[in-house]
Amino acid sequence: MQDHATDTVADEAKGGGGRQYAEDHAFLRAPVDASRSAEQAGAEHGVKISTTDLNIYYGDFRAIKSVSAVIRSNEITALIGPSGCGKSTYLRALNRMNDEIAGTHMDGTVLLDGVDIYQPGTDLVTLRRRVGQVFQQPNPFPMSIYDNVVYGPRLQRRLRRDEADEIVEQSLQGAALWDEVKNDLRKSAMDLSGGQQQRLCIARCLAVNSEVLLMDEPCSALDPTATFRIEELMIELKERMSIVIVTHNMYQASRVSDRTGFFLLGELVEFGDTPQIFEDPRDERTDAYVRGRFG
Amino acid sequence: MVKRRATRVGEWIIERLIQLSGMLGIILVVLIFLFLLQNSLPIFKERTLGELVFGQRWSPTHGDGQFGMLPLLLGSLYVTVGALVIAVPLALAASVFVAEIAPRRMREFLKPAIELLAAIPSVVFGFLGLLVVGPWIDAHVEIIKVGQFAALGSVMLAFMALPTIVSICEDAFHNVPREIFNSSLALGATRWQTITRALMPAARSGIIAAILLGLGRAIGETMTVLMVTGNAQVIPKGLLGFLKPIRTMTATIAAEMGEAAYGSTHFHTLFTIGLFLFIITFAINTIADVIVRRGEKDIA
Repeated sequence: MQDHATDTVADEAKGGGGRQYAEDHAFLRAPVDASRSAEQAGAEHGVKISTTDLNIYYGDFRAIKSVSAVIRSNEITALIGPSGCGKSTYLRALNRMNDEIAGTHMDGTVLLDGVDIYQPGTDLVTLRRRVGQVFQQPNPFPMSIYDNVVYGPRLQRRLRRDEADEIVEQSLQGAALWDEVKNDLRKSAMDLSGGQQQRLCIARCLAVNSEVLLMDEPCSALDPTATFRIEELMIELKERMSIVIVTHNMYQASRVSDRTGFFLLGELVEFGDTPQIFEDPRDERTDAYVRGRFG
Repeated sequence: MVKRRATRVGEWIIERLIQLSGMLGIILVVLIFLFLLQNSLPIFKERTLGELVFGQRWSPTHGDGQFGMLPLLLGSLYVTVGALVIAVPLALAASVFVAEIAPRRMREFLKPAIELLAAIPSVVFGFLGLLVVGPWIDAHVEIIKVGQFAALGSVMLAFMALPTIVSICEDAFHNVPREIFNSSLALGATRWQTITRALMPAARSGIIAAILLGLGRAIGETMTVLMVTGNAQVIPKGLLGFLKPIRTMTATIAAEMGEAAYGSTHFHTLFTIGLFLFIITFAINTIADVIVRRGEKDIA
């Protein structure tokens, strides 16, 4: 595993800063996270979302097969697995964004704080505010930084100027972007760097007080420095919400997450504490994947 | 050796030909502009620009001839603004429907169908207005005295400008990245909020360009307005002006060019109207072009 980590760093370094980069970012090689050891000692966090026997179909194709899993408050849950294994589909089931894709249907249950989010009469607007999502491509709206942040709150009601100002400052602070943009709030969000745009997208979710943040490969379009900042931010944010991250990058999963689920062909093969999944997987397919033998 | 030179000469000729045809558009525009200028400039020996633009009477055969264009300028303005007021909301709704709401199959059918509207000759719209819509309104709407009036021209022009506006707006909506739509929904926006607050701002440069191009088409349209707006060179007043006959700049040229003696004041004045029209549409198209380009930069 150590070998692979080195490989990845070397690969990434070829594209950008060269050797200097590898020295500056030695942390990328160390899948150690101080907060996790504290975590292990501490008590179990409460259940935020649980899915039971969840099946999701695209037409006749069964993309998710009887997945049962629990996502806890104040934890980062990583979903790993090869492309097309269903982890993004599973993620979108948690805020019902699959509803937007024609031809999908599901059975099984998804409980958010014990309430079935698929029961008839569920208010999608409230659900999606509570369960926010950050996408793979940073996708700010083509408007000012300020207007991006208050987009969500303004959908609900008219904001007084001072209210809006406060939401903007707090959300940007929360997303570790405030210091970089506080003098340019009226500038177009399109002028920000990719990493800043992604943090702005996180700020948008904070502005509507999301309780859960779904992140679908949030760093795959970012350079390593920007990736590192997002990871730092995630660890900060789990104090106030629970985070589910889909990632192709196993080192990212091992660096930031408390629990990891391994998906393969629509099945949740193994789900457990992150150190256990990476160091002592019970299923041989998990073992093969985390050792880099396929995927 | 000889053969090679021949090839080179041949290639030189072909290159120049291609270059020429590429520049033909520009050359033509410049020549048309010069032609208009040449035929309209003599008028300024007899009249001032102020007299022409702000003169309130257009009466070419009255004495020396009175060539105040104000009734015609306002006539064009009324018909065009009226057309946009009708066409823009319709076109926005139609393009949102085609781009975002209609299922894909319907979209594939609807878009060409709307664009086909552009292929209907304007004289057909004129007939429709003159023989069907006008008489119907005449018979059923008390306040209207004559079945040919400004607003009728607006309605007809609105339908003619619709395909241009819808088609370009629809492209603009379609070019907004899907992720913007999704992330708005994921923030708890309804589809309607997403369309009005995220999609429309993102597509705004395309929408503005579409409206301007529609405007250019409406201002320049001749045959339909000639047939349905009543051809009365009076200055329209207030909102009621929409319900009375007027006459546009284009209709005036079309109606009177045949009667104007070559080289007469009347003749030169008609060319001046043409020159003004040219400048107006040229300015509108240029602005539209600049906006579209700026928009492209924004999205990238």
